[in-house]
Amino acid sequence: MSTRLQFALGAGLLIALAAIPPVASLAGIPFLLTLFTRIVIVAIASVSLNLILGYGGMYSLGHAVYIGIGGYTVGILAFHGVHSGLVQWPLALAVSALFALVTGALCLRTRGVYFIMITLAFAQMVYFLTVGVAKYGGDDGLTIARRSSFGGLVNLADRTTFYYVSLAFLLAAVLVVWRISRSHFGMVVRGACANDRRMQALGFPTYRYRLAAYVIAGTMGGLAGALLANQTDFVNPEMLSWTRSGDLMIMVILGGSGSVIGPVAGTVAYMVLEEVLSGITEHWQIILGPLVVLMALVRQGGIVGWLSPKRHA
Amino acid sequence: MPDALVRTRGLCKHFGGVVATDNVTLELNRGEIHAVIGPNGAGKTTLINQLTGELFPDAGSILLDGRDITREPPAVRARAGLARAYQIVSIFPAFSVLQNVALAVQATQPHSFRFWREAARDARLLDPAMEILARLGLEGRAGALASQLSHGEQRQLELAMALATRPRVLLLDEPTAGMGHEESRHIVSLLGTLKSDYAILLVEHDMNAVFALADLITVLVYGRIVASGAPDEIRGDAEVKRAYLGEKKKAPRRTGAAD
Repeated sequence: MSTRLQFALGAGLLIALAAIPPVASLAGIPFLLTLFTRIVIVAIASVSLNLILGYGGMYSLGHAVYIGIGGYTVGILAFHGVHSGLVQWPLALAVSALFALVTGALCLRTRGVYFIMITLAFAQMVYFLTVGVAKYGGDDGLTIARRSSFGGLVNLADRTTFYYVSLAFLLAAVLVVWRISRSHFGMVVRGACANDRRMQALGFPTYRYRLAAYVIAGTMGGLAGALLANQTDFVNPEMLSWTRSGDLMIMVILGGSGSVIGPVAGTVAYMVLEEVLSGITEHWQIILGPLVVLMALVRQGGIVGWLSPKRHA
Repeated sequence: MPDALVRTRGLCKHFGGVVATDNVTLELNRGEIHAVIGPNGAGKTTLINQLTGELFPDAGSILLDGRDITREPPAVRARAGLARAYQIVSIFPAFSVLQNVALAVQATQPHSFRFWREAARDARLLDPAMEILARLGLEGRAGALASQLSHGEQRQLELAMALATRPRVLLLDEPTAGMGHEESRHIVSLLGTLKSDYAILLVEHDMNAVFALADLITVLVYGRIVASGAPDEIRGDAEVKRAYLGEKKKAPRRTGAAD
């Protein structure tokens, strides 16, 4: 994947995304801003999943759990009258990180299909926990009365401000994953993905590096959750259902796993398509499904791979 | 008294009912090439796997420079100075040749929890990596993807990666397998120049290379040492001839063997 192409695609996407609020207001379609706020937030989760999936070969089918953990942390704190974002958000990240550390320590002892199953299992445990705890709404979810407050710093209740805050976090997430993927640390994670045995023979204790990557990805997923809870003023178990994790995986692969900008493109494409197709028919998945299959068959490497000039092996 | 860097004592390894390593006691000395030869299935690679820690022996011990490493995992042993070149090429095909070696250089650093600086621009990795590539005659291929190399070049890269970890002990599993004559000769002469700096265990089927290079030869048959000694002793050993070298065929003479 050429760096120049990724830069071009990234810059294009950034300009387009930055233009959404004025476009939405000029065109008189406020829903556009709502949709794209959601897209930008979910893209943060995709970008974080890509760090472990695309670079580390860790096919987690439970990544939405971090959206749920981040969201519920904000929701539960708000429920108990804690509205300061300076408390809510760091705590949302910390709980996500801790969950990733504990479950990752176990998950990463497995490989391949077992890794998929165990990440799914841990996510389902949290899912059923959120369904079961009646105090926080159980199945019905938990309404958040007030958005996170940051004193006079930013007013998240303002839709445009909230959008640009989310976009800034997405930009930061992309930048972080981009740097990490090329760093010493990133090379170890990528090497362990390609040939773990060789990495160990070279002297890398790969487990701890993979676990660190897993924790970083989970923490970033928690950030997406804190943002999403604020956007919808609501959290429910649906946020972390396993189909959400599946969606994230599809977005990453659709966009191009292992390229930094691919997951952003994949998220935009997937969610815009979902929106357009679900306007046509409620069985939109019948159309989207084959499209994804076609994409995977025709050209591997997702949207980014599809845009890049053909490389000969 | 030679300076033993690696000592194994009574190594045993079974796979079900098959004895792969049977009471193997040997030493690798600094400045020497110790060749291990034997027919296919004699347990040569299994022995290397136990030395690197990819397999744990059922019995016996392994000492590296006096330190018991019998139960240490591969990464710890590698950091303690043990490097391996695999019989079946084990490289990173999607990385460039230079990146492959730079990654091996990176393995010598205390840790890799560096998240921001680009590894591909770090002179502390690239300079030593280029040096080693030049030593192996691969510097012209530094920018190529490892997957684009010929088989022989990939074997050289394999060796370059082992050297890049700055080991004290080199475990080489058929370094010339599948190489052309020219490449093979290059590797043999390279090994000759390397040996003063390392303790080398060489598993090799090319008897010309073995008798040209080795200071000590151990013959394994069914996991057991049937003979061990200087090349001249091995060449004359009746049991070796019967078990391995073939009774009718004469072992190659040392003179002119490396040509």
